[in-house]
Amino acid sequence: MTGYLVQRLAGTVPVLLLISLLVFTLIHAAPGDPTLMLLGEETNAAAVAKAKEHWGLDRPLYIQYLKFIASAAAGEFGKSFKYGEPVARVIKTRLPATIELAVFSVIIATLLAIPLGVIAGSKPNSWMDNLGTSFGLFGISMPSFWLGIMLILLLAGILNILPTSGRSTYGVAGPEITGFYLLDSVIQKNWAAVWDGLTHVFMPALALGMNMLGILMRVTRSAVLEVMNEEYVTTARAKGLAEKNVIWRHVTSNALIPVVTVVGLELGTLLSGSIIVETVFAWPGSGSLLITALNARDYPLVTGLVMTYTVAFVAINLIIDGLYAIIDPRIRY
Amino acid sequence: MQSLTLESATERSHDLAARLLPWLHVKALTGGLIVLTFIAVGIFGPGLAPHNPNKQELTAMMKPPQGIGSANILGTDNLGRDILSRLIYGARVSLLIAFAVVFVSGLIGITLGASSGYIGGKVDFGIQKLVEVMWAFPPLLLGITIMAFLGQGLFNLILALVAQRWIPYCRVVRGQALSLRERDFIVAAQCLGANKRQIITRHIIPNLIQTSLVIGTFAMASSIIAEASLSFLGVGVPPEMPTWGTMLADSRIYISTAWWLPLFPGLCIFITVLGINLLGDALRDILDPRLKRTGSGM
Repeated sequence: MTGYLVQRLAGTVPVLLLISLLVFTLIHAAPGDPTLMLLGEETNAAAVAKAKEHWGLDRPLYIQYLKFIASAAAGEFGKSFKYGEPVARVIKTRLPATIELAVFSVIIATLLAIPLGVIAGSKPNSWMDNLGTSFGLFGISMPSFWLGIMLILLLAGILNILPTSGRSTYGVAGPEITGFYLLDSVIQKNWAAVWDGLTHVFMPALALGMNMLGILMRVTRSAVLEVMNEEYVTTARAKGLAEKNVIWRHVTSNALIPVVTVVGLELGTLLSGSIIVETVFAWPGSGSLLITALNARDYPLVTGLVMTYTVAFVAINLIIDGLYAIIDPRIRY
Repeated sequence: MQSLTLESATERSHDLAARLLPWLHVKALTGGLIVLTFIAVGIFGPGLAPHNPNKQELTAMMKPPQGIGSANILGTDNLGRDILSRLIYGARVSLLIAFAVVFVSGLIGITLGASSGYIGGKVDFGIQKLVEVMWAFPPLLLGITIMAFLGQGLFNLILALVAQRWIPYCRVVRGQALSLRERDFIVAAQCLGANKRQIITRHIIPNLIQTSLVIGTFAMASSIIAEASLSFLGVGVPPEMPTWGTMLADSRIYISTAWWLPLFPGLCIFITVLGINLLGDALRDILDPRLKRTGSGM
């Protein structure tokens, strides 16, 4: 098991190197000069040359790449053109918001999807199954950004019960401790701020999680269907267990194995989905930061963000692989 | 006793299949109808659209939906352009891109997958490394990065969407090619002197069409959403082209005043994707007997 994980971990190094090369090439293939974008139209050659020297853009490409790799390995991506601060620091201030949003999306998705999937799968073709299946299909067909806009229209506009955008109402939250607003508010026992944070996170989390909800519901349903045919389920029934116990104790616990994998796989999709949902809700996370950075052609920041997202994605997949072995004792690496 | 339980079990599963069948038809029918309608709208768009989608009518800005029989059935936008006409032209662009993406991804994925599985060795290793690298990117992020740096345009957009969509084909096809390789009819073809290229194109690929069709349907649904997402973020099609994604992006600042602006384009995306998914589900149930047996809706 440990050997397998070490092997997998070592296998990710060349992949990450190739990805960094791809990103680096893509960024430098781009039309448009970042120095001109930042200095504006009314600049002179001397200022441009000075800026290029300052940011190392006058060096040959392979030198720039090697420098980039060396610093990236240390978690340093240079200074952001736009913010003038180290990229790592800029990303660090935005990351908690994205993680907070992602966590809430996963919570909403799993809390709704698993019961729905179990009910649908244990009574195939009943009206509950049809309802659940339709809901799952609805979830996977829904573009998250449109759902977001519609939620804003309905809950913030017409009903006016939730705030349209942002992470909190100005002045409600206390000083930052971890950067996770809700966690900070709980630590400070500032319940008004907790409630405020929850009202802000609900709509974006629902919009972002809807797709995962649909997929999870369908996976749970088919896993339950599959497990229902197993002999140990027949045995449990033959023992005279109540159907409720058979479903929730014997079927569900075994059906959850594929569900965990799918949660892991979908986390990556969720991460990139957050880019668009954050834009809709003006959520101050790393996703909306990426769009800002792209528009400003802030190369170091874009590279840093893309690498952060990719490393997170690779890491999640690795963790899921490990987790898989823990949940399913039949799997031994 | 044993045979009796077995019998009743078979009976039960037959019963289940019989009950599933109508539901399957409903799915295939609804999905097919939706998809065909949108394709027809896409093809005959110029004839169907009541107005030029880009014609600005500044005296008729922000008209709410007027109902059937009026000049602007679904209203107008902030520049007085007719919403319905823009939606119709949008269907054209969305479906054209989605078809192109599915076709190109399928071509690349099936060829690489079949080669990877059948030839094996260094070819397999190389292709699988490529799969691993491309798959390590969070979806959408790669598309955004490509579009942001190569610039907006139809060709770049298709490239950005194909970048990851060939992978599911490649993976599934590779697995199937691996098992097909050992089958008698392939061995027979080899004995008759067929070369690798002939075996791959004449014997392996035709056997992979069914699976690829199912993958293609879902790839199509995801392409439509991804195209709309990229256009929504402003890195998709060129700005003068009316698409559902750009219409949604333009509508954002008017959410509080003009509900019809975000409602209709999003509804079009949702219904089209829903139709394709329904069709894909039905296709999978019909073509994959393993899934049909368990009655899985996945």
